[in-house]
Formats: sequence, C-alpha cells, structure tokens
Amino acid sequence: MLSRMHILICGGKDCLSSHSKELRDEFHLVLSELNLLDEVRLVMAGCFGLCSQGPIVVMTPGETFYSHVTVADIREICEEHVVKGNIVERLLIKEPIDKAKIKNYSQLKFYDRQRRIALRNCGQINPTDINEYIARDGYLALGKVLSTMSPAEVVAEMKKSGLRGRGGAGFSTGQKWEFAAKSVDDVKYVICNADEGDPGAFMDRSVLEGDPHSVLEAMAICGYGIGSHQGYIYVRAEYPIAVERLNNAIKQARELRLLGKNIFSSGFAFDIELRLGAGAFVCGEETALMASIEGNRGMPRLKPPFPAVKGLWGHPTNVNNVETFANVPAIFLKGADWFKAIGTEKSSGTKVFALGGKIANTGLVEIPMGTTLREVIFDIGGGIPNHRKFKAVQTGGPSGGCITEAALDTPIDFDSLVAMGSMMGSGGMIVMDEDNCMVDVARFYLDFTVDESCGKCTPCREGTRRMLDILNKICAGNGTLEDLDLLESIANMVKDSSLCALGQSAPNPVLSTLTHFRDEYIAHVVDKVCPAGVCSNLTNYTITDKCIGCTKCAKNCPVSAISGTVKQQHVIDLSKCIRCGACKKACPVNAISSKPLPKEENK
Amino acid sequence: MTLESMIQKYPASPEYLVEALRDYQMAKNDHSVTESEIVKIAKYFNVTESKVCSVVSFYSFLSEKPKGRYVIRICRDVPCFVNKSESILKTLETRLGIKPGETTPDGLFTLEYTGCLGQCDHAPAFRINDMTYVDLTPDKVKAILSEYREEKS
Ligand SMILES: Cc1cc2nc3c(=O)[nH]c(=O)nc-3n(C[C@H](O)[C@H](O)[C@H](O)COP(=O)(O)O)c2cc1C
Ligand code: FES
Repeated sequence: MLSRMHILICGGKDCLSSHSKELRDEFHLVLSELNLLDEVRLVMAGCFGLCSQGPIVVMTPGETFYSHVTVADIREICEEHVVKGNIVERLLIKEPIDKAKIKNYSQLKFYDRQRRIALRNCGQINPTDINEYIARDGYLALGKVLSTMSPAEVVAEMKKSGLRGRGGAGFSTGQKWEFAAKSVDDVKYVICNADEGDPGAFMDRSVLEGDPHSVLEAMAICGYGIGSHQGYIYVRAEYPIAVERLNNAIKQARELRLLGKNIFSSGFAFDIELRLGAGAFVCGEETALMASIEGNRGMPRLKPPFPAVKGLWGHPTNVNNVETFANVPAIFLKGADWFKAIGTEKSSGTKVFALGGKIANTGLVEIPMGTTLREVIFDIGGGIPNHRKFKAVQTGGPSGGCITEAALDTPIDFDSLVAMGSMMGSGGMIVMDEDNCMVDVARFYLDFTVDESCGKCTPCREGTRRMLDILNKICAGNGTLEDLDLLESIANMVKDSSLCALGQSAPNPVLSTLTHFRDEYIAHVVDKVCPAGVCSNLTNYTITDKCIGCTKCAKNCPVSAISGTVKQQHVIDLSKCIRCGACKKACPVNAISSKPLPKEENK
Repeated sequence: MTLESMIQKYPASPEYLVEALRDYQMAKNDHSVTESEIVKIAKYFNVTESKVCSVVSFYSFLSEKPKGRYVIRICRDVPCFVNKSESILKTLETRLGIKPGETTPDGLFTLEYTGCLGQCDHAPAFRINDMTYVDLTPDKVKAILSEYREEKS
C-alpha cells in the first residue's frame, strides 16, 4: 500500500543518543490512535548531517524540517501537520545566522550550497531496508554495468570521471582500478577502507550507517572492472552501528542475489565479508590494513610493490575509501561526463567535510570541489559561535596543516589545499577561534603521532618525540628562540626520511603553525606569554563580577578548585586550578576570564 | 562462555586471529588473555605463541594485562581537545584516583586513551566498554560514573 506521507526521523547515532527511538514509538502510538498508520509511513533515516539541531524530523512531501523535536511535540505534529496539513511553525528549523524560520529544507543555507552525491541517500532512506535503496535506483548501476559494459569499459569510464580517492592521498581511482585490472592473477581482492581514524572526520561512519548498500554496490562494480570475486570491508570496531548495518545489508543483498554467484544472471560472482579492526590508527594505511586482515600486526610496509600488484595474501588488491566508493554508483548511473562537469578541472565531483570545533553548525556538508573555505565556514557552517574571531581552520587531520584568514577565499580542491601547506585528508575541518593557542594545538597533534607511531622507523619514532619535548618546553614557558630553529629542522628531517605517510606528514601541523603563527611561538619563548590564555604555566583564570552565582563552574571543576555560595560571586583557588577551561565552558554568562599571566609573575 | 566454544565460531585460519581475540576479550570481565589461553589460541589457529603475543601487544583493544570490568576510553583527538576534553580527563582522574593506563584497586574501572571516535560534532566523547557517551561535561561524567558504580552493587 502506498503511503500518502512519510515521516523521516533521524536515526543517526547522534540522534539515537538523543532519543529518536522514543520519538518513533510516540509517533507510532499517536498515529495508531488517529488511525493513520496505513496512510503514513515512519522511516528511521540516516543522519541528516545537521546534528547540532537534532533530533530532526522531516515530513515529506513538502520536506518540512522540524528541529529539536521532543516526545512532547509529537501529538501536535500529528494532529496539525498530518491531519490538517498545518505546519507547526514553532518547531521549524531556524537559520543559524538570521534566525529566520525555514519551511522547506532546500531553503536552508546549510543545504542550499551543498550538492549531495556521496551522501545522496543519507537521511533519505531507511538504511536497514534494501528496498528503499532500490527504490532510489540502487543496484541499477550494477545492473547496467553487468549487462552493457565490458570490464575494460568500466575502468575506462572510471578514469574518464576523474574521481580521486577520498581517503587522503587523492590518487586517481580509475588509474588504480586500471593497475589492478592489468595485474594477471586468478585471485584478486577489492577492499573498502572503513577504518576512518582521522580526527574530526566521521563521513565514512555516516555513509556506512546511512547508506551501506551504496558501498556494496560500488565494490561489486569495482570487482567486475578489475576481475575480482571477493571483497573485504575493514571497519573499525569503534563503529558498532556501522558494523550492524553492514552485516544486515550484506545479508539482504545476498538474499536478493545482488551479491553471490551469478549476479543479475550475468555469470559474474562477487561476495563481501567484514573484518573488524582492534584499535590501531595506523591500520588505516592500506598496507597495514592488509597485514591486519591477514591476522598480523598492522605494520605498514614499503611500497612498491603496490597493492595493485601484490596485496592481500600476495594477490593484486584494490583499496578504496568508503566515500570514494559511495560516489561510484552515481557515476555509472549518470555517466562520467556528468560527474566530470561538477567540481574543478583536476578535482571532479564533490567532497564531504566534517565541520567541527568552534563553528555554529557542526556536522557533515557535501560541496562541489572549488567551493571556497569562506563559503563552507561562514555561509554553510554559520560562522563562529559566541561572536568570537576566526583564527584558523585545520584540514587533513594530524597530517594536514592550518589555514588562516588570508587564504579563506581560495577554492578548495586536492591541489589548492596542498599549495596552502595543508591537505584534503579525509575531510575533517576543525575551526579554531581566538581562544585556541596554536602552539598548544601543534603540541597536541604531535602527542597523537608520538602515540600512534608504530615504531618501525627511527625518524618517526625518535624525531617526533624530540619535537614533542621541545613543544612541551615552549608551552611550559621555558623555550628559547634556538628551540624554534631546532624544532623546524627536526620537523623537516622527519618529513623527509620517514618510511610511511604517518611519519612523513606528522610534522605538518608544526611546520604550518610555525609559518602562519610564528608570532604566537615568539610570544611564548620571548615574552613568556600565551596570548590565547591556554598554556597552563602562562595563564591565570579569574571569575569577574559578571558572576551570577549559579554554581555551574564549581560543579564542573574536575579538581574542586572553585568555591562560593549560591547567588554570590565564586572564586578560583589558583593553587589547585589546572587551567583546563571547564568552568569557562560551563559558565552561562561568560564571567570567567583566562588571561595571560603578566610578564613579571612568570618564573 | 568458554574459550573453546568462543574461538570455534571462527574458522581455524590465522586471518581470524585478531577478531577472535577481540571478541573473546570483550566477553571477559577483565578484558584480557592469560598465557595459558594464548597457548590454546595459538594451537587452534595454528600459529606460534609468539605470533599471538605480538598481535596482542600491537592492538590497543587487546591486552595480556587484566583490566577493569569497565574500560573507559577517552578520546584524545583534536576536536574533543578543542572542546575541553582535558577537563573530562581530569574529572575521571580525580573521581577514580587513577591515571590513563591504570585500573582502580577494586578492579571496576580502567582508564585509557583512544583515537577519534567519530563523534567530533558531539565532542568531547568517551566509550565505556561498548557504549559511546557524547557531549560530555564534568558534571555529566560524575553522574555516569555513579550509574556504573550502582549497576555493579
Ligand atoms: C597513517 C595512515 C592512516 C590512514 N587512514 C586511512 C583511513 O582511515 N581511511 C582511508 O580510507 N584511508 C586511510 N589512509 C589512506 C590509505 O592508505 C589509502 O590510501 C586509501 O584507503 C585509498 O583509498 P582511496 O584511493 O579511495 O582514497 C591512511 C593512510 C595513512 C598513511
Ligand atoms: S575527536 Fe573525539 S570523537 Fe572525534
């Protein structure tokens, strides 16, 4: 039976934690009371990408977008919107900048500038039901490929599309498929890299949770193109919902014979198995990943031989990232020329970015390559909250670099980001404002690499440790100008002589902050001042007379350094204070100030 | 569940070693494997004991050292850091009286670091065993810890 209306409830992990299951149950209850269950369909959709406004409910047709929906709102939505067709104004999502209420979600600036290819189904379908994927032309591309194209044509089409890998390096996907196709072997493998470990990136998780079939379909197309009959998806164990949805999707696809032997009666066989990681960041590197699938320590090895020649168990293997694969069915359905026309000359298509840090709309955005950073951060992302000033945006995770105000109007694609000293990485975009100390941020990134270095090569293992020591010294207020030069030269050495990309890119955050924010480094070593008021040895916290005595700061202080009675100004015991900033974040009236220590008070 | 019945769910081939180890450890209260278990596992998957040990020492989810019943893995990546994960860590440290890598004397909690949990738009985040907690504040953390303490008694 056809329903006259669909109610899409965000079932993304984030909204699951904001009780979207309860919302569904309440909808179910009210709709059954109103005798409307036959007419209206409830769909638990994937993430809509606008998590800061969740839980979100979308009513179709009309695409009315309700935000911050609670169980108490549901009766009104059913009685007004479903029964009478009246929009519940009160719940309409608001434009973050001008607070205008938006009726239809394509009007929302957040979506207006976006173009959804990889995320085309996320938030639009129920990811646990293969029929919904099929209803939106799912598996049609695979059918077309198997019935009308030769493997060589598949590879040629892929090359023509200009798709470049979304997992970090931006290598041409078509060329990669071509290498694997040309390797002669009866056994070849297709691997989907779903070990998403770059901090600040969660697009792969959202695709796997919101549209798992698109990845399965793409892997089968790739298998046909390169001559492989077995695929593996390597997922991090930290993503239990993705694992569950993938397992379910594989089962459903097998039942409908879209995986297995003789797919679409073409004689082509392809099957997919899941492999789970066990908590090692470096396993996202493709050679380490293959070692892990084989049941070994996930250590990267030197390339060549490339996986396309000698990969999993010594057989030719093609490794692609989740988002890369998610683009593939759309490319085969609409044609390489269609895809090539989107984006820039050398980076075709779109890219998903995960906006995080100090930005109003945190969440996923998918934009055509060539959009400027300013549009992404200010128009789509809604700018910096609390009237703070933009300082930098970090792209490319720990391997990337910081981009400053001056470069915000550069159109972004793989090559322009590299030219700015950063990189695309997997698409994490972390925005920092004037309250972030860039020396501290660089130190933090390095701390991460020191921990994740597998220890095989000396420059990465020892060099990063030396750099971290220097940064710690600077943050503690004990650095010298010579330390800055030493830091720079070690950074360049590590960059040039490490074995894998982890070590080669580890110095990037340091080098790029040294370039763009040298004045902050100099303030630390010469003036012994942390201008942002972050580095604990160089900063003091005080509570100003704006304090309303709400006690939130005291409750949130991890070391009980704040005292005071209700409705009275609180005070911080500086001998206990660890300068963690929890109080500042908890304060509703911005009464806590973190100021650089005056020069003479420093030891 | 016994070790035997657990690992027999997997084909006796080295490629399943990591997964079998992880699943087995998850099911155990102390989230670790002992020497005698390693011997059995090595035998089943037809690999050397030193190979099993080297795998266990490599992956952060695997351990030869017994851990607490609840393993808290706090995200130490930048988006969480920018959102003050430091204060969450300090709250855990003062409430539990342990540092990352340690276990409380009652064997209830172990504190560890983890990489990005993919919850960066809801930072800061941590996991306790299989559950992910997001949008944390020190106040919330105190409540979560009490819940786990009560659950046990
Ligand atoms: C340290 C390190 C970590 C990586 N992590 C990931 C990851 O989490 N996901 C991913 O898709 N690629 C990751 N890569 C890149 C992969 O090695 C590989 O290039 C990619 O999966 C290829 O897919 P693509 O061509 O579709 O981008 C990582 C590389 C390095 C050096
Ligand atoms: S950085 Fe903590 S969840 Fe991503």
